[in-house]
Amino acid sequence: MSEILLQIDGREVKAREGMTLLEVAQKAGISIPTLCHHEKLDPYGGCRLCTVEVEMRGWTKLVAACCYPVEKNLVVRTRSEKVDRIRKMILELLMAHAPDAIPLQELAKEYGADRDRFEKEASFCIHCGLCVRYCAEVKKKNAVGFIDRGTRREICFIPEIASRECWNCKECFPLCPTEALQAAYVLTLSFGQVQG
Amino acid sequence: MPLIHSTDELEKVRQEILSRRDPDRPCISICAGTGCLASGAGEVIAAFKTEIEKQGLQADVNTRETGCPGFCERGPLVVIYPEEICYLQVTPQDVPEIVSETIKEKRIVDRLVYVDPATGEKATIESDIPFYKHQERNIIGSNIRIDPKSIEDYLAIGGYSALAKVLSRMSTGEVLEEIKKSNLRGRGGGGFPTGRKWEESRNAPDKARYVIVNADEGDPGAFMDRALLEGNPHSILEGLTIGAYVVGARQGYIYVRQEYPLAVENVTIAIRQAEEHGLLGENILGSGFDFTVKVHKGAGAFVCGESSALMTALEGRAGEPRPKYIHTAVKGLWDRPSVLNNVETWANVPLIINNGADWFVQFGTERSKGTKIFSLVGKITNTGLVEVPMGITLRDVIYKIGGGIPGGKRFKAVQTGGPSGGCIPEELLGLEVGFDELAQAGSMMGSGGMIVMDEDTCMVDVARYFLDFLTDESCGKCVPCREGIRQMLKILANIAKGKGREGDIELLEELSEVACDASLCALGKTAPNPFLSTLKYFRDEYEAHIREKRCPALSCKELIAYHIDPEKCRACMICLKQCPAEAVTGGKNLIHVIDQEKCTKCATCFEVCPPRFGAVKKISGEPVPAPVPEEARMIVRESKQK
Amino acid sequence: MDNGRIDRIIDKHQGDAGSLIQVLLEIQSENHWLPKEALERVSEKLQVPLTRIRHIATFYKAFSLVPKGRHEIHICMGTACHVRGAQRVLDTAQDVTGIKPGETDLDLKFSLETVNCVGCCALGPVMEVDGKTHGKMGPAKTADVLRNID
Repeated sequence: MSEILLQIDGREVKAREGMTLLEVAQKAGISIPTLCHHEKLDPYGGCRLCTVEVEMRGWTKLVAACCYPVEKNLVVRTRSEKVDRIRKMILELLMAHAPDAIPLQELAKEYGADRDRFEKEASFCIHCGLCVRYCAEVKKKNAVGFIDRGTRREICFIPEIASRECWNCKECFPLCPTEALQAAYVLTLSFGQVQG
Repeated sequence: MPLIHSTDELEKVRQEILSRRDPDRPCISICAGTGCLASGAGEVIAAFKTEIEKQGLQADVNTRETGCPGFCERGPLVVIYPEEICYLQVTPQDVPEIVSETIKEKRIVDRLVYVDPATGEKATIESDIPFYKHQERNIIGSNIRIDPKSIEDYLAIGGYSALAKVLSRMSTGEVLEEIKKSNLRGRGGGGFPTGRKWEESRNAPDKARYVIVNADEGDPGAFMDRALLEGNPHSILEGLTIGAYVVGARQGYIYVRQEYPLAVENVTIAIRQAEEHGLLGENILGSGFDFTVKVHKGAGAFVCGESSALMTALEGRAGEPRPKYIHTAVKGLWDRPSVLNNVETWANVPLIINNGADWFVQFGTERSKGTKIFSLVGKITNTGLVEVPMGITLRDVIYKIGGGIPGGKRFKAVQTGGPSGGCIPEELLGLEVGFDELAQAGSMMGSGGMIVMDEDTCMVDVARYFLDFLTDESCGKCVPCREGIRQMLKILANIAKGKGREGDIELLEELSEVACDASLCALGKTAPNPFLSTLKYFRDEYEAHIREKRCPALSCKELIAYHIDPEKCRACMICLKQCPAEAVTGGKNLIHVIDQEKCTKCATCFEVCPPRFGAVKKISGEPVPAPVPEEARMIVRESKQK
Repeated sequence: MDNGRIDRIIDKHQGDAGSLIQVLLEIQSENHWLPKEALERVSEKLQVPLTRIRHIATFYKAFSLVPKGRHEIHICMGTACHVRGAQRVLDTAQDVTGIKPGETDLDLKFSLETVNCVGCCALGPVMEVDGKTHGKMGPAKTADVLRNID
């Protein structure tokens, strides 16, 4: 794999071909906030919090650092007025669902996000998909998945699989940024008991 | 018909088909497209068959069930060849007369021909009807000339000659150059240059490549892809096969939405016929080139019109878009190079090969070449599919072809580009139709929906409508789209209900910016367009809703009221009897009054009040006048006084 | 729906996991809904996780996880129909059937759905009943069509 030189926040950074911007930045100790990223999982690009500005041949565009493959001579800005504005809004939108989630609160402080900007619809899940993807990609159990689409999208356990596999695993629990997952799991089990 | 082994054999087969056909023999073409079938074309077809038999004319006249010629508004459509006599809104009762008069006696049945509502002039020949006259029907014109279920019909009009030319006389590079020279741009929405897309795939290192037809026509209000796939499926297969030859694909897919059963049926039949004739499969026309095509039915998701989502769906998953920092032309279906083009784009390919790029570029503008099919619908006199050269003005499409706005109403805006597009106002009617021109006006070409709106359409409601559509159709994967649209819809719904607040417009603009800049796919990135374009041109309507709680178009239910003008009411009892909510009180000779508490604003009274009275009024932003006092409600009729 | 029928559909598609959506569409079309047992059978035969099948079955509009009525009413809410008054057609259909979009009545007579454009825009507003398209609908005509269905 050939080496690539690019610039992040004014610093020259070395990268290997095939790496994502986020990986390169993390390796160089430059922090980019994320909610749906996990090093053991395939890039997802769902939360868009890692949006950064890249400049290439005079063109500036906004990309998700977790998915964007590095290119040589790329100029990357991980903070800018525009980037900060996007992150602030994303946090505000998510806090309508999970106002008390600790990771959101911490990021809200950094970006000046107002947790009460939008009317509360406390569903707690922010659809980062960490549980779903971890269960599928790492554990290969597929006990939890997404259902539906658009604004009705949810995570949902399959009771038969969950009652068999989850009790001794629960590795997805600490991944959940909002604790919505435990809620879904507990609900599924109690539902299973009622039925069983 | 046997397997065709070479391009020479194909020509022989074609000549043999033509030799069996007498161009002077009368042929009754009846549109059997979805639109006309819905208007009763099936019964008309059956009636023709019975009548021809009854009059013993089986040997003298042909009937043909064709695809959609576009004038759906006036279906069922019948065209009689060779004279090209066009009859509109034909019913089974008209059939005996058509057969006895027109077929036998060569006389016109006057009441079935087109009459220009403006001038009263009649047009007997299809191409004389103003709706058709101003079009340039390179693609859709073939629909009425063939039975889409008959490969012989397609061969008879020169079908597969472009494929034969490519396979026998052109290198893949030459074909690519011709397509690039034609400047053909994708007809599905974005307008990406087709040749460049093909080239990118062709140059990708991975040798297993795919070509795909995007027939997941999801833009509400657009149905040209349905008409082409239903009406001329072989032309799409021919274009696709040429594309496959250029990029080196051996497998192709047609992704067609299952809401179009006739399109699925016709294209499936076409694939089978092409395989039987050696026009698909192994060693096509003896060239050594192998290519097969599969039909994949889309299960109902607008987002699957987006290329990466469509490919995810083809792989058998929920159609969520993927990041496209590497183009799908390089890394698409199963991570392999995949060329995805829309139905109409593929349909252009055989034409460009047969007639040359130089022929193609004579139509259109500097940067948008060729013709484009639009579906002209909504508040317009002549609804249907129209094919026009790029560069035609919106005014010509709407007035010359579309015949203007019905019911004496005033034009307000035309919406193009579906949920990713925008509304273009009256002052921009001179705009030339093209990819870049529409984008500059804040809309886009999209797949070619043109929804005409009149003075009764509320632009806040239009924005609300599209956002509502998108909350359902977003895949829900990324935050700016899923959550941004959710909040935008809430705010717009509130504005339409009269609960808008100062600052709402600014908040909507802020949400739009984030959705445009940070969404994963084009659906989210363009989702704010219906809002942004209506705000740009109709800001006053937003402000009237928010500040005055008034809907200028008198359309938003929560902001309007109906009342009866006591000066004009003749106590005719019509509205009183028809009101489904029993909200109208009154009686014989007793002026009617609407009980505002009971009124559901269904508009029935407004519509049934005889125009000569015009007593029911629709108002917004002003208080409902106090009901007429009891003592003044009695109408004393002069005639009875005497 | 018995396993034999499901297996036949799967075999028709050569047991290819990529054809999962096509298999589900055929089951939906034969059976008018997707029972849990059918999903489990498909999962087992095609070796596709049940989570993925459930996502598909809820993601695409063509599928239903509950039984459907004998008559399926689709009201087109496409833009062309919308500007010509599709909402009033929908309101009438709701009144006549007593159900809301997405619902099925208790007698399993009607299922009501809204759809986003069936491509008959020139005839809008459009209602489809059991696949038959009715064009240029208004409240009275809608009620008439629906009341004449047994």
